Amino acid sequence: MIPNDVAAIPPNPPRRALHLHRELDIVWRNGPGLWGQITSVSHTTLGLRFMGTAFVFFGIGGLLAMLIRAQLATPQSAFLDTALYNQIFTMHGSIMMFLFAIPMLEGLAMYLLPKMLGTRDLAFPRLSALGYWCYLLGGSILILALLAGVAPGDGWFMYTPLSGKTYSPGINADVWLLGVTFVEISALAAAIELMVSILRLRAPGMKLTQMPLFAWYILGTAAMMLAGFPPLILGSVLLEMERAFGWPFFDPERGGDPLLWQHLFWLFGHPEVYIIFLPAAGVLSTVIPVLSRTTIVGYGAIVAAILGMVFLSFGLWVHHMFTVGIPHLALAFFSAASMLVAVPTAVQIFAWIGTMWRGRPELKLPMLYVLGFFFTFVMGGLTGVMLAVVPFNWQAHDTAFVTAHLHYVLIGGFVFPMLAGVTWWMPLMSGRRRIRGLGESAFWLILIGFHGTFFLMHLTGLMGMPRRIPTYADNPEWMLLNLSSSFFGFVMTIGFALFTIDLILQAGFGKRSVRDPWHAPSLDWAMALPPPNYNFASLPGVELQKAGAADAMLKLARGEGFLPGAPRGRREILVTSVGSARPEHVALLPFNTALPLVVAFAICAFVLLMLGGFYAVAPVALIPVAGLIWAWARRAVAAVDAAPVEIAPGLLLPVHPANGATLTQSGLVSLLFANGTFFASLLFGLAFLTLVSPGPPVPAWQADGTVLLAAIAVLALLAAGTLGGRWALARVEAGQPAGAALIGSVVANLAALVALAALALGVLPDPTRHAGDAVRAALVAYVGLHIAVAVLFSAFALDQARRGELNPAHAGSLRNWGLWQRYTLAAAALATAALWAQELTA
Amino acid sequence: MKCAGFATVPLLLAGCKGPLSTLSPAGPIAQDIAWLWWALLAGAALLALLVFVLVALSFGRPREVPEKRWTFGLGVWFSLAVLTLTLAAALWVGERILPHGPALEVHAHARQWSWTFSHPGAQGPNEAEGVLHIPAGQPVDVLITSSDVIHSFWVPQLGGKMDAIPGRQNRLRIEATRPGTYEGLCAEFCGLEHASMRFEVIAHDPADWPPASLPVSPPLSPPALMEAPRP
Repeated sequence: MIPNDVAAIPPNPPRRALHLHRELDIVWRNGPGLWGQITSVSHTTLGLRFMGTAFVFFGIGGLLAMLIRAQLATPQSAFLDTALYNQIFTMHGSIMMFLFAIPMLEGLAMYLLPKMLGTRDLAFPRLSALGYWCYLLGGSILILALLAGVAPGDGWFMYTPLSGKTYSPGINADVWLLGVTFVEISALAAAIELMVSILRLRAPGMKLTQMPLFAWYILGTAAMMLAGFPPLILGSVLLEMERAFGWPFFDPERGGDPLLWQHLFWLFGHPEVYIIFLPAAGVLSTVIPVLSRTTIVGYGAIVAAILGMVFLSFGLWVHHMFTVGIPHLALAFFSAASMLVAVPTAVQIFAWIGTMWRGRPELKLPMLYVLGFFFTFVMGGLTGVMLAVVPFNWQAHDTAFVTAHLHYVLIGGFVFPMLAGVTWWMPLMSGRRRIRGLGESAFWLILIGFHGTFFLMHLTGLMGMPRRIPTYADNPEWMLLNLSSSFFGFVMTIGFALFTIDLILQAGFGKRSVRDPWHAPSLDWAMALPPPNYNFASLPGVELQKAGAADAMLKLARGEGFLPGAPRGRREILVTSVGSARPEHVALLPFNTALPLVVAFAICAFVLLMLGGFYAVAPVALIPVAGLIWAWARRAVAAVDAAPVEIAPGLLLPVHPANGATLTQSGLVSLLFANGTFFASLLFGLAFLTLVSPGPPVPAWQADGTVLLAAIAVLALLAAGTLGGRWALARVEAGQPAGAALIGSVVANLAALVALAALALGVLPDPTRHAGDAVRAALVAYVGLHIAVAVLFSAFALDQARRGELNPAHAGSLRNWGLWQRYTLAAAALATAALWAQELTA
Repeated sequence: MKCAGFATVPLLLAGCKGPLSTLSPAGPIAQDIAWLWWALLAGAALLALLVFVLVALSFGRPREVPEKRWTFGLGVWFSLAVLTLTLAAALWVGERILPHGPALEVHAHARQWSWTFSHPGAQGPNEAEGVLHIPAGQPVDVLITSSDVIHSFWVPQLGGKMDAIPGRQNRLRIEATRPGTYEGLCAEFCGLEHASMRFEVIAHDPADWPPASLPVSPPLSPPALMEAPRP
């Protein structure tokens, strides 16, 4: 029924644009007033809010940077006491990384992607909102801790044992571990959402190999976030368990290893740099060709470079650990890998310069920031290659040279492109033109201030000044260098302040911008300014995607694309196939709701209870979280008129896919991928502690036959639950009742949970005895948590069967549960094998 | 910006000296790394200049651009060539500064926030607080340990740095060409008094090694005092 060639689908007849707008606006718009903002799930609203909030945190982080520079301006300043100074530099790094850079790129991607891909929203609007609230609440916890004087002070990479309970007894470190992990919910949510949206929501006929480069960059970023954040989250969970319950994962006296933390942290921390760089490079690849009035040089080469970066960046985390005493062969390997990652970077840089050669670059404001990027980032990249040279690294590591390098990379490679992007998309976001002059002044102040601050800091580092010291009374030779860095730091701050003022003036007082002010080819400009929540009155087909924004705009507004208007009063979008974007089905997106905020509050309650040390009560707070997620899922399956929808003359698409995956299933696969990375990191921890750590060996467990029996029982019960689920799905697909099969599955899963709990409480050695015992208990807890969720999944399906909601066209919850159940079974089997191996080596 | 940078070069070279400067090396290992740095700097400056000139030239009239020449020619092959050269230099210098062959072994033990060093003496090991004694003109391997958090042993004029990690022992080779006093510090952030965790390395004339004037074990300070954190 659905033609393979999307271009052959006939267009819809034109209608009155105003009529379509009114129809769509009623369905898609935010509610009025503050409540409307709280309940909004629109990617446009949330994208802007992510960016705005990130900008506020950037201001706070910048203020802290100024305090640091004020302290360092003179050798023996008494401006800040050491404890406070330590909190300030720790918070500066943590805020800039976790509360500015990541949310900023998430916000930009959220805001732009549906517009560039030709759809109306992201795949999981409520998840965008949940991510935002987690970010805001988690970030607020960190800032409040700073104001209360209990902010973390162990450096933003929180090395153990310094961040352990013995050497950081207060709640400061817990604030970091819990607060940042809370914020990272938003990173994972955004990654899942962006990944699924790019793969499944592209306008019909927009092949993966033809989509805007920005989408390729965000696809790479999302993949890296799914693989990169789990090691950090695992590390934070383990360290918090050590701090809260004394499970000695990182305590060398009880078989733990401080280096395990460093591996987990940098397994995240290095990819993080590329997670930050890729979206910025996406902005450059979007802005440079348009401002040069040509097309990008080497689309294919750039895509290859992105994929190369995604893979290579996971192979070089050890270059942050060149001085921890690792084998020489490993040094050489990671040194080579660190240099190799410069190749895809070089490919992109030369592709951009080639693009500028081919066209006629215009020195508009965004182009100034592009030039600022070239000037700054190239130097940062080159010092990066220097630091990959191990002998030089041994001198420069942990000195001001590294501080200078990382600011060249992050400000050059992220902030300058982002400022280019903000000035580029500001007419879209605000609907207004900027006021001439102010922006240019801000640019020059930022550029001069930046290089004045950080260029000479390389030298300060080579002259021996380490990072993270508040005074240097014995070293007058560093004084002038520091004083000049501090002076120019304030110049840079004035530049950023001016930039902010410029934005506020533009948004508040600028003249109305014409549509498509840059004459861009991409769909993000083929809409009214500022864009309505539904983006497009109809979704562009192949012809309109290539027409350029100016020509596509009117036809789209008149409903000549697919799925015009909102005649059924529902939020409808098109789901297409992964590779060639063949239209598959129509998906219904949820309406505005405050549920995400309520869920975020429930999670926040758990975080605060953990922070307050109420460990016995904290798990109880997870019950409302589970209940709310149940309600969340219930709302998604609310009965709907599932009649097929005509998206173009004669082309009917089903509302639920007869075959092929739903969006939820794609999302669950992404989540399980991240979950798998988390599990793999845990297994890595087990192997590392067992095989590499020099500490005392794991004391024998003396696991006997009962343990083996219990493990086999858990696996067998999980297998029974899995089979029950399959049987139920087969019966539902055949139109028969599945109640009995589902009851069987729920019982089997519950029995597995009980068996595992008995095993854990009965025969598992005390996890505080040794790191080996702790990691074993962590594996058991991981499996237990997954079984508990599987119980909920199966109970949910049973509840649906009882309500008579399951039918052949509507069995998605059974398939989703099946995915989770099989993952749980596989994880339980792998955990059993890993623990058996641990016993053998003990 | 760049003009200002070049104008300050002579000024900078004069200002590179200092008791903790990696740019005024006092031994063959630090000297090798310093040469490596100057070579890297020269290469990096040339590359940066190349990119800046290419960017500047783009502001002319539009030109035919052979895509492969830019992405593969410059992006892949040119950068691979440069990186291979850099890696070769890195491995060559790396091999020279790694602890190969016999050397005198001394111990550096770190704690919050001080160092205890010991070296072999005529009548058993000598221990000293905050001062490491070594002979000049011969390689010395420092065996680095810690009893609490992670610290890092660094004497910029004599060699690279190496972390002191509880539960592990790391080895770092240093060497001083001439007798003298060299400054060292803890390079890894280790808590409140991190900045004050300095020490000295005294390199003795090989003829006077082991130095007779040093106190023989027991150490300068009684053990009870050593364990207490410094104010």
